[in-house]
Amino acid sequence: MIKIQIDGKYYDADPAKNLLETCLALGLDIPHFCYHGALGSVGACRLCAVKKFRNADDQKGKIVMSCMEPVMEGLIISTEDKEVKEFRAAVIEGLMTNHPHDCPVCDEGGECHLQDMTVMTGHNYRRFDFKKRTYQNQDLGQFIHHEMNRCIQCYRCVRFYRDYAGGKDLNAFSSRNNVYFGRTEDGTLENEFSGNLVEICPTGVFTDKTLMKHYTRKWDLSNAPSVCVHCSVGCNTIASERYDSLRRIMSRYNGEVNGYFLCDRGRFGYEFVNDEKRIRKAVIRSKREQPAEETSDEILYSTLENTFAPGKKVIGIGSPRASLESNYALSVLAGKDNFYTGISGKEQQLTKTVVDFLQQSGIETPSLKQIEKADAVLILGEDLVNTAPMIALAVREASRNLGKAMATKSGIPTWNADPVIQVAQDFKSPVFIATPFKDSLDELSEDTFRGTYDAIANLGFTVASILNSQAPGLKLKNEEQQALAEKIATTLRNAANPLIISGITCGDEKVIQAACNIATSLHSSENKGMLSVVLPECNSMGLAFMDGKLFDDAISLSDKEEIDTLIILENDVYRRATEESVDQLLKKSKQVIVLDQLTNKTTFKADILIPSATFAESEGTLVNNEGRAQRYYKTIVNKDQVKESWRWLAECIRIKNNADAVQWKKFDDIVSSMISDIPAFKKLKDYFSDADFRMINEKIPRQPMRYSGRTSINAKIAVSETGIRQDIDSPLTFSMEGTHAIPPSSLTPFYWAPGWNSVQAENKYLDVPNGKTKGGDSGIRLIEPKDNPTNSYFKPTGENIEIQKGEWLIVPVYQIFGSEELSSSASTLAKRIPEPFVYLNPKDAEELKIKDKEMIQLEISTVNLSIEVKIEESIGQGIAGLSISLPGMPFIDLPGKGKVFK
Amino acid sequence: MEKPLTQHINSLSIPLTLKEYQKVGGYAGVRKALKEMTPGEVTGMVKASNLLGRGGAGFPTGTKWSLVPMDQDQGAKYLVCNADEMEPGTFKDRYLLEGNPHQLIAGMIIAAYAIQAGTAYIFLRWAYKKAEAILRDAIAEAYEAGLLGKNILGTGYDLEMNIHSSAGRYICGEETALLNSLEGKRATPRTKPPFPAISGLFGRPTVVNNVETLCWISHIVENGTDWFKGLSLTETGGTKLFGVSGKVKRPGLWELPLGTTVREILEEHAGGMLEGHGFRGLLPGGASTDFLIEEHLDIEMDFQTVAKAGSRMGTGTMIILDDKTCPVAFLHNIERFFALESCGFCTPCREGLPWVEKILLAIESGNGRMEHLDILRFQTKYLAPGNTFCAHAPGAAEPLQSGLNYFHDDFVSHINKKKCPWKS
Repeated sequence: MIKIQIDGKYYDADPAKNLLETCLALGLDIPHFCYHGALGSVGACRLCAVKKFRNADDQKGKIVMSCMEPVMEGLIISTEDKEVKEFRAAVIEGLMTNHPHDCPVCDEGGECHLQDMTVMTGHNYRRFDFKKRTYQNQDLGQFIHHEMNRCIQCYRCVRFYRDYAGGKDLNAFSSRNNVYFGRTEDGTLENEFSGNLVEICPTGVFTDKTLMKHYTRKWDLSNAPSVCVHCSVGCNTIASERYDSLRRIMSRYNGEVNGYFLCDRGRFGYEFVNDEKRIRKAVIRSKREQPAEETSDEILYSTLENTFAPGKKVIGIGSPRASLESNYALSVLAGKDNFYTGISGKEQQLTKTVVDFLQQSGIETPSLKQIEKADAVLILGEDLVNTAPMIALAVREASRNLGKAMATKSGIPTWNADPVIQVAQDFKSPVFIATPFKDSLDELSEDTFRGTYDAIANLGFTVASILNSQAPGLKLKNEEQQALAEKIATTLRNAANPLIISGITCGDEKVIQAACNIATSLHSSENKGMLSVVLPECNSMGLAFMDGKLFDDAISLSDKEEIDTLIILENDVYRRATEESVDQLLKKSKQVIVLDQLTNKTTFKADILIPSATFAESEGTLVNNEGRAQRYYKTIVNKDQVKESWRWLAECIRIKNNADAVQWKKFDDIVSSMISDIPAFKKLKDYFSDADFRMINEKIPRQPMRYSGRTSINAKIAVSETGIRQDIDSPLTFSMEGTHAIPPSSLTPFYWAPGWNSVQAENKYLDVPNGKTKGGDSGIRLIEPKDNPTNSYFKPTGENIEIQKGEWLIVPVYQIFGSEELSSSASTLAKRIPEPFVYLNPKDAEELKIKDKEMIQLEISTVNLSIEVKIEESIGQGIAGLSISLPGMPFIDLPGKGKVFK
Repeated sequence: MEKPLTQHINSLSIPLTLKEYQKVGGYAGVRKALKEMTPGEVTGMVKASNLLGRGGAGFPTGTKWSLVPMDQDQGAKYLVCNADEMEPGTFKDRYLLEGNPHQLIAGMIIAAYAIQAGTAYIFLRWAYKKAEAILRDAIAEAYEAGLLGKNILGTGYDLEMNIHSSAGRYICGEETALLNSLEGKRATPRTKPPFPAISGLFGRPTVVNNVETLCWISHIVENGTDWFKGLSLTETGGTKLFGVSGKVKRPGLWELPLGTTVREILEEHAGGMLEGHGFRGLLPGGASTDFLIEEHLDIEMDFQTVAKAGSRMGTGTMIILDDKTCPVAFLHNIERFFALESCGFCTPCREGLPWVEKILLAIESGNGRMEHLDILRFQTKYLAPGNTFCAHAPGAAEPLQSGLNYFHDDFVSHINKKKCPWKS
């Protein structure tokens, strides 16, 4: 820490930060546009000007851009100097010569950084009396609306889209006061992180097209801190509501997890909450697969009395997309012995391998922030951008570490974005990718390896044994592969912070075991290395802690005995096992009760269908792939018969116990019960605030302060809010009244600070831009590396699948849009889901005499599909990549052997 | 009077072949530098000569070279010749390029040797088609003669030389925008520091020098620093190509000692004003320099002396404003150019210059208001060095700020008469 002087006051400062970051961290209001915490400084907008003085005697000073100014001992600056204030206002005045002033019809209005900065600099009256420049807008696809006239040319969009997220199809065109940000022609923005343009853009050039369909001003939204439910990474979000519909998802900053950003699945997947397919009323079917009749709570409860009569065999099927609390409630209702996880047997086995390993080993499973710090990465078998997109984004950031190190060596601070890029040129930290087919990260990889999962696993086992002779090894027959294994091992060994990434979506345990062995080898011989494993769903990790039985065992149970009642919690079990086996399970169950949010194949077979609350209508805890428990809070007050699954199940328990009242009245009650039953969750109680948490005796408001007609309608009578809906489950209130202090990060419903109405207000919630949130980042890790590891190496089988002529190894292919169940029901996102397809090698296609986009027959176990062919250079001969989890696809246990024919 | 730079340029501008140039002593400096001197000695000599960059800024060339790391780091280094001569009124580099390409190539070989660069680029203005053809032939000759390529003159030193014809933007003359453009990126200036000597082309140490600057190198190596210093009438060494354009009797270009007075250049070499045209002012070194007026005619043309008079010597090629030309229209023409040539990266330049241009046009076409003058004056302060990302807008502000001062009455009469007094 060094001392600097700002406006006559002395402050401690971190010399690694630039002056703007330093001022923002101190809570000073320095206007800025082009600087962004994750993107660094480029000095384009000139708005963050301050006066710098040579020494105490210097009265004149010099205008400098604070974003480009290193912080040095004894630095003397003024932010309030008359000349510099005039200069900042002049920058805005310049920008306003071309800005259309269309705030009333602009979606950014009310949360616009440009509005905020205009007010902050004090530029009021227009002196410019000429014509403004105008542009043509482009159709950028379903997600992003484009309005170029509003552009202030801060260059943030292209810096994020191209430099940070690796996008190719958005660029800066033309020059002078005609610079244009767009594509070469109209068309959907291709990058998987395009939605971040909405938050990156300081004005209304890029706005959320899904919000447009049901537009609401920020000041009219009611918000809650939430957690993304569309993959296992658990990005933090802000979910916003008006009139009982979910209007949008924005990023909630978490310095350890998603930072400032979200992927497009996470941002635009929310529309399922408002979808027509939502189940809003409880129904009872007299006959399965027949139309059902709506029913009241009372009739439902009396029907259930029979269900839970003593002696009845009740089986509960849990879910990796339901909260810990709902799964726990089901396990209490059915009894621990009758609680099944509801994921496929193989998925459960693979998850267990991962969780056991992480719990027993001394190896750290990294947060996204830690992934960004890696200086060598090996990706084993996982197509990250389609299964855990934000991890792919973090790997991109990690690949830039070598360039940053080179810059640091040349004396260039890492915040100085442009020179870092210049020095780095094409030098990247090594990333190795071993997958069966192309990967969007290939472009930044040092080497790619293409092969079967056996081959990938064998490569991994070999790397492990090279790193540590104690690791049981293989010697690869193929010299080229052996050389690659040597290169990977050497690279990982030489790295300060090596990282292995794998995932269970490949469906092959050997791949995971190989990844674990590499991590163990690195850790035991070099005392370093991290292992990140992608899991399929938002609470896959949490479910693993619940210790449920195998879903496949429930199916076999139905072979042996009759089941009185089968309760399925938020789970389309047809995605978990073959159609025949699920059919049999349901058939052998006298009564099937399904609690879910959207209709699906399983809900159609329910005798009793109970409407569950989505993430937006409930509190719940999810555990991400890193083992981080995070909580989401409701933003929509339940209407119709929609209730949290755990509340429904609590009623069931009341009925079963013939009790007068439910055991768990409020969310904290079930959390307490759960923690006393499952010690692994003990930390939750210490970490998360109870509903009675208050900040200076006040709850945390979900709505921003009073501004609009919403509050003025009755102002002549009374100014205080009436009819506030109570929330017994959380410290949040459905109101604009409450504390105005900055809440803990896990309870932050929106970003706002005096003068900062846009999302850029998040600076006020952080210790320092791109740093930690004040008071610590949200979430509590349930898995920590052990000091005395008890894990051992997995033994490689050395298996190498042989593919006979006429036979195919069918491997799973995932898609960012379509492979996740809930987001596939988001109406806008659904338009981006491809038709099911199969990747074939061009030579194989030639032999089959099949052309790209033609239909082909695919046969595997008992499934026959007619499916479109996509010819894919990168997939090996004899391997077929099947888009397994897209809507409409049946359950198939992959990888597996099958046939492909015309 | 010695004229080292132009001595071998004949009136028809037919350049000497390599053979012919060597016959009159060309490339002697290359032999001397590569065979008898260490890179450090060459840099030391250029530093001692006090050669100031002839591109306009007058930065000491030897100092620029000495910033290049010379340790054992064997990565690539580059020499770039800035031949993107696009300053309005400036045509000195073209004369050197077309007249004696080997003088430049010899200078570049020595400069590259001094910084131990393995590759050299000539970044050439796109419109200089004739120069391009001449340079290509000359470079081919030099390769043929073993003066370029591997193991030059048997010394073990390798140098590849390439020509890059620019796509034609004024901003490419800014050395870091030039480097971005050469890398195939948008021609926007780069953040400094780091300076190109540390992180330049493709992130490697790079020296960017102007054509006229590089043309001096061989002469200095051959003839020594004292000789060089003796060429000028002031403390800065050497001669300079001075040019005059505008309503004078003999517009043209002359190699004269630094320190020759403005009056001498204007009246003796350019022959004075055309009959019927009176002198009102001049821009001493291209469009991006402040006006000088009658009272400045006796100052010596050198970096320091012109700066003392409130302007810059710049490229040393003057543009004369006569009394038959409207100064407002003259300034509008200049500012229109600068507004069009802004790269669009930083706000003051991108938004400020078009505003200035629009106001000047409004005044010129009779729609001006007195408040416009306040805005113009404000803009000249707002576009000051340091406020903008690079020197483009501050350069554009120079003729404007001095023009507003010296020709205030002309502006006022435009506004009062609601028309341009020069137009009937």
